[in-house]
Amino acid sequence: MPNLHFELVTPEKLLRSEDVHMVVVPGIEGDFAVLEGHAPFMTVIRPGEIAIYSSATTVTGRIAIEGGFAEVNDKGLTILAEAATEVA
Amino acid sequence: MASLKSLKVRITSVKSTQKITKAMKMVAAAKLRRAQMAAEAGRPYAERLTAVMASLAGKVQVGPNSPKLLAGTGSDQRHLIVVATSERGLAGAFNSNIVRAARKKADALIADGKDVKFYLIGKKGRAVLNRLFPGRIVHQVDQTHIKNVAFTDALEVARDLIARFEAGEYDVAELFYARFQSALVQVPTEQQIIPVSIPKVEGTVEPVAAATEYEPDEETILAELLPRNVAIQLFRAMLENAASEQGSRMNAMDNATRNAGDMINRLTIQYNRSRQAAITTELIEIIAGAEAL
Repeated sequence: MPNLHFELVTPEKLLRSEDVHMVVVPGIEGDFAVLEGHAPFMTVIRPGEIAIYSSATTVTGRIAIEGGFAEVNDKGLTILAEAATEVA
Repeated sequence: MASLKSLKVRITSVKSTQKITKAMKMVAAAKLRRAQMAAEAGRPYAERLTAVMASLAGKVQVGPNSPKLLAGTGSDQRHLIVVATSERGLAGAFNSNIVRAARKKADALIADGKDVKFYLIGKKGRAVLNRLFPGRIVHQVDQTHIKNVAFTDALEVARDLIARFEAGEYDVAELFYARFQSALVQVPTEQQIIPVSIPKVEGTVEPVAAATEYEPDEETILAELLPRNVAIQLFRAMLENAASEQGSRMNAMDNATRNAGDMINRLTIQYNRSRQAAITTELIEIIAGAEAL
């Protein structure tokens, strides 16, 4: 059930803006998953891969990102990445 | 009076010039569209970064322990003027406008007894600035090989600027570039990039419902953000500059094409007149010759 609003932005463009179920993000102090209703949170991210889940079990996308930071607020999750490439 | 042949040669030469300027105008128009799109695509990131910076800055006290990029070095004696121009000419007054703005600022600063150095992005400002302020150019970033500005290009420049700042080469950095308003209007703009000026939030800040949790903590995140902010400001300026350059060139070439058209008309009239004059003279000579018999 996609209900978390997720945005991935790089300096060059807005890469993703969609509703998803869950996103797993490589935070600087460890990976974390964001679901709907996550508490407001902000962290620096380390270079790695984010995984986008459209439901609890299906991964719909993996994107390699190169540092930046993630912000969770009541509107959803926003990742500001320096660079991002889709992983097949 | 120029001879018929030389007039004809001139007309042909102006015509081929017109073809070139027309082609350049078309190319600039196409590039302008692309540059504009790039500038627009970069907006969401910059907006969100600004919002985050603003919300963070409200939580962090600027004190002696704050990162230097935010608090400054405590003096404003040494200024670094970053001038972003284009790598190519034939863009109307684009480069000279930026350079003029930078020069005005530099003159004012020098009159105030400050140290001024220049840091150039793009080669077109070099000749003038080097003549007016010899020995003050510390570095020039070569962008001739870059076709479309990428964030990594801006990042490189930002890293260099920050490294110089941290090495204590200067206290304040100002950036000069042309803000893109429309294809017809480009505004030379001055912006302070180091120390980072915290953006003011427009309107009221929406109260955060629950206290946001920070990982690692506000200061660390802010310290992480500041260099990124410098890079993104530079990137934005470079994108705007690229769009402005193309807009300016499009205009300049449009004018040049029109001027060439006017010139061709004038030359053609002159050509036709002298051709007629020549024919008339010839006729008169023949008639006079016939009458003499």
